[in-house]
Amino acid sequence: MERPLTRYIHPDGSPRLLREYVKDGGYRSLHGLAAGMGPKDLQRLVGESGLRGRGGGGFPTGNKWSFVPMGPDASKPKYIVANADEMEPGTFKDRILMEGDPHGLVEGMLMAGYALDAEVGYIFLRGEYHRSAQRLTQAIAEAYAEGYLGKPLPGTTFRFDLHLHASAGRYICGEETALLNALEGKRAIPRAKPPYPQTAGLWGQPTIVQNVETLYNLPHIVNHGSAWYHNLSRSNDGGTKIYGISGRVTHPGWWELPLGTTARELLEQHAGGMFHGVSFRGLLPGGASTAFLTEEHLDLPMDFSSIPPQVGRLGTGTMIVLDDQTCPVGFVLNLEKFFARESCGWCTPCREGLPWVARILESFEEGRATDDDLALLDMHAELLGPGHTFCALAPGAMAPLQSALKYFRDDFVRHISMGRCPWSNKPAQLRVLV
Amino acid sequence: MLTDIERHELEDALKHYPDKRAGAIDALLIVQRRRGWISDDSLLDIAQFLGMTGDDVDSIATFYNLIFRKPVGRHVAFLCDSISCWIMGYEQVRAQIKKHYDIDLGQTTRDGRLTCLPIACLGHCERAPAMMIDQDVYGNVTPEKVETIVEKYK
Repeated sequence: MERPLTRYIHPDGSPRLLREYVKDGGYRSLHGLAAGMGPKDLQRLVGESGLRGRGGGGFPTGNKWSFVPMGPDASKPKYIVANADEMEPGTFKDRILMEGDPHGLVEGMLMAGYALDAEVGYIFLRGEYHRSAQRLTQAIAEAYAEGYLGKPLPGTTFRFDLHLHASAGRYICGEETALLNALEGKRAIPRAKPPYPQTAGLWGQPTIVQNVETLYNLPHIVNHGSAWYHNLSRSNDGGTKIYGISGRVTHPGWWELPLGTTARELLEQHAGGMFHGVSFRGLLPGGASTAFLTEEHLDLPMDFSSIPPQVGRLGTGTMIVLDDQTCPVGFVLNLEKFFARESCGWCTPCREGLPWVARILESFEEGRATDDDLALLDMHAELLGPGHTFCALAPGAMAPLQSALKYFRDDFVRHISMGRCPWSNKPAQLRVLV
Repeated sequence: MLTDIERHELEDALKHYPDKRAGAIDALLIVQRRRGWISDDSLLDIAQFLGMTGDDVDSIATFYNLIFRKPVGRHVAFLCDSISCWIMGYEQVRAQIKKHYDIDLGQTTRDGRLTCLPIACLGHCERAPAMMIDQDVYGNVTPEKVETIVEKYK
């Protein structure tokens, strides 16, 4: 089985630096460019490959690129930004790549820059990833010294500069337009769209913001072609995916597998099933802002096109497992507290609604909830959903809540009827009527 | 006044941006690295250097959780409280820190050695629960291991 992204990554977590990276075929994609592959050729290749954005949205990369103005009249400079603000709870795939193979990101960004004729790149890295920062800094310095950056690439007139920007926290920075504000040194508040970043992004210039894992795929597509890349997957979406599993499973971890691997295979074969003595109840397929999948969905291929929209979406592909010893209401409460804290506060429904949701869920856990509270949760799941807020943060927060209310409703009801959390040893509270 | 080293580092960072203001977050992080936190005076030093108002810089400083507008201890322990760490027992780790060092989230030990703060998913979910002290991440933390880990930071 081909693992183009992680094949050479050291199991001990030590980084691969320039010499080793080049020895194993790194920066070979530059030969392709030198041999006459033009920006349009590269764009077409990526479109044909079926590559879709790995940051959670799953937007076809070729389509995304098609909105960038090209040609002599295009506004300059154009920017490529790597979204390395990996803060989606449960997600750790980009860290594995950046720590293990920092040059892969440099090469991926070179390819994206060349395809879009964008001469400057930024890696927007979350502030907590100190090890990634150190290794990327070293990789960028090596790439400059070697002439991959800062000089015209052999056989072309294209020259690319790349900078690392370490951020200072806040989940909302991962939203692409909030990220652009953060990169401009402002508060990370999402921007109104349109205009889209492709035409007016960083400092008003054409900009592509792309997830780290997506960028790592580009050199392999250049080296091996779109058909090869497409065939790596078991589904209509091309390539492999770095999947991960955390929670009470025997072997939590990550694996690069064909896109379209089923949740059951991941859970049972790769993660070794559940811990001894606990059983499976559900999972979030790709971070905190995806809807629960349950037993009935385990045979669905985990890709961008096989999960029906009314069921959920793949998200980042790093799964969080809910077991029978963990309270589903407490689980969702943890998620909603996270979203309430991380809301940027710009739009009212999100700023006020998310803390409200968290307080209601707290009342369930503390045994104070009534049937009215359950109705309030249903209402919020609807009113904070898509179309009611400025960006996707609150709708993302509602995905696990709404699906939990559907699949684990009995558990919510038991909190009300027992007057306490059934998973807690604390006694029921006296209900004081006022 | 910014020190020469701070000024030098900041000028270096500004080379990467077409606009000086873009360096505001870098500036806050550079100054905080040596001074520990961002006092009002530090804030104004940065504002002056970047040609911004103090309020402008403060609106940025107060937005980002890794920028401290209050003094913190010599070391900062960030406890990941996101979902995977919550499932795997972050609350027991937090309780152990409270018991042993008498500090909860947002507090600093009386000797000024350690501040404990919550943090969004640290991205080490396969080794949950995780915590980060200064720049070092520890995975599979148990209440029993807390003291051994923290004792490395004097």
